[in-house]
Amino acid sequence: MTNIVELSGVEKRYQGVHALQPLDLVLQQGEVLGLFGHNGAGKTTTIKLILGLIKASAGSVRVFGQDPTLSESRRERHQLGFLQENVSFYEQLTGLEVLRYFARLKGIQVSECHRLLEQVGLKVAAGRRVKTYSKGMRQRLGLAQALLGNPKLLLLDEPTVGLDPLATQDFYHRIAQLKEQGCTVVLCSHVLPGVEKYIDRAMIMGKGAVLAQGSLNSLRQQAELPLTLNVKGTDLQLPQDLQARAITLADGVSLKLSLQEKMPVMQHMLAQAGVTDIDLHLPSLEDLYTHYTRTCVGHEMEGML
Amino acid sequence: MSPIITVAAKEFRDGLRNRWVLSIAVIFAVLATGLAYFGSAAAGQVGFTSLSTTIISLASLAVFIIPLIALMLAYDGIVGEDESGTLLLLLTYPLSRWQLLCGKMLGHGAIMAFSTLLGFGSAALIMGLFAPDISWAELVVPFSLFILSAILLGWIFIAFAYVISVSVTEKSKAAGLALVVWFLFVLVFDLGLLGLLVGTQGDVDAELFPYLLLLNPTDIFRLVNITYFADQQLSGLMAIAEHVRLSTTSLLISLLVWLSVPVVLALALFNRRTL
Repeated sequence: MTNIVELSGVEKRYQGVHALQPLDLVLQQGEVLGLFGHNGAGKTTTIKLILGLIKASAGSVRVFGQDPTLSESRRERHQLGFLQENVSFYEQLTGLEVLRYFARLKGIQVSECHRLLEQVGLKVAAGRRVKTYSKGMRQRLGLAQALLGNPKLLLLDEPTVGLDPLATQDFYHRIAQLKEQGCTVVLCSHVLPGVEKYIDRAMIMGKGAVLAQGSLNSLRQQAELPLTLNVKGTDLQLPQDLQARAITLADGVSLKLSLQEKMPVMQHMLAQAGVTDIDLHLPSLEDLYTHYTRTCVGHEMEGML
Repeated sequence: MSPIITVAAKEFRDGLRNRWVLSIAVIFAVLATGLAYFGSAAAGQVGFTSLSTTIISLASLAVFIIPLIALMLAYDGIVGEDESGTLLLLLTYPLSRWQLLCGKMLGHGAIMAFSTLLGFGSAALIMGLFAPDISWAELVVPFSLFILSAILLGWIFIAFAYVISVSVTEKSKAAGLALVVWFLFVLVFDLGLLGLLVGTQGDVDAELFPYLLLLNPTDIFRLVNITYFADQQLSGLMAIAEHVRLSTTSLLISLLVWLSVPVVLALALFNRRTL
């Protein structure tokens, strides 16, 4: 496996403001990273550092094994796809013309544009001016732009904003496909419902520092968030230590359990005759995000008050 | 294809599409033919005036309008892309900052050159065809010189516009600064020079004074076109230059120097721009 992105001890200061605390990040080929955080958490700064748009104040940035701010690494940029938040393309041009312009700049066959527009569902609107596009259509044009030339590294800032649920699904499928082909993807977002399945790792940032990093499972273990077990049935017998914690529902009980308790309690419940249904809710990405950012934001709120 | 050409071609096509090329050409053509035909209306006659009168009055009007058009055309070249977010995107593409800036300047420069040639060229054609006293032979050289210097003047102010565009972060600020630059070069500088001349009661070295005109590209543009008709009585500020006759070539070269300064400055400032 090759390291596509390597950040070690990277810091960024803007006029004394610490935009990014020392950050370490290694991305391997075919990995999909979810980068989560509030506005001003340092997501965009991290992305800009990887893109070589800004220089790190300290530490080293390596993309495809090279410092991306050097002019020699400019050649590597055709392997790179990027879509930032809030881009508005040349309104007076048609969607196809916009894509063709970017394809030429990337040195890619202009014929690929039709295929890409079809893929993102803009085939019919290709000849219309961008001025007439809806927000979702603009976002899809932006995605087509990022996908030009089958990039090896894809950096997407808020990619699903403005997309309808169906298009969002399509988009995630496309990400999965690209991953199969060995593309490394960074998805940058506030929390995205439904993204869990498609990311290998999550990095949660707040106020320029990494609050948590790892696979969803390891994050769940670190966070020690309770999972919820809803048991339906009559005549339920709970273990002694759980009785106080159980919430009685109309047709059963709801239990908050730690990860370690999960299996023993499940076995206990399954052994009972009166149980008709069991529902298990693992803490979602959203729960994890809230958990990890709460402390960080809490301080901020206190400061504001 | 080089990214510079790609960017320039897009800029030029935009210029065709949003009618910049057409409007500039029409303005110039109407201006030139109008002056040629009605130039002596004040003297009580209508009809084509002499070529020298036409070119000299054309030069003194064009000196106001060309810088204005050039600044309006290009002031949002970089800051506009920054505001819409495409600048950030373009810089993640395999092209460097100087290539992007050169491409944009080249595209806008081509719009300016093409429409100047089209506008003033068609005016020259009309004069050659319909003015009874003007022969083709005497028309070609001064008009070519006029068009060439007009294009250079336009390019200089496009480069000024880019200096503004790369140094500010808001489009409205760029527009304001463009207006200030126009005001300084087209009006204030000449007023200041006249004031200096009158204030010192002509005490300033008569040899030195003409060279002060070289500090303003709009004055160089006028000198280029006026000195061609050496027999004409010069008036106003331009009369200062009578003591030192600068050759047309050296005037054109000084226009080129004036062009290179803002181009280099814009490139340097753009390289330092933070995103």
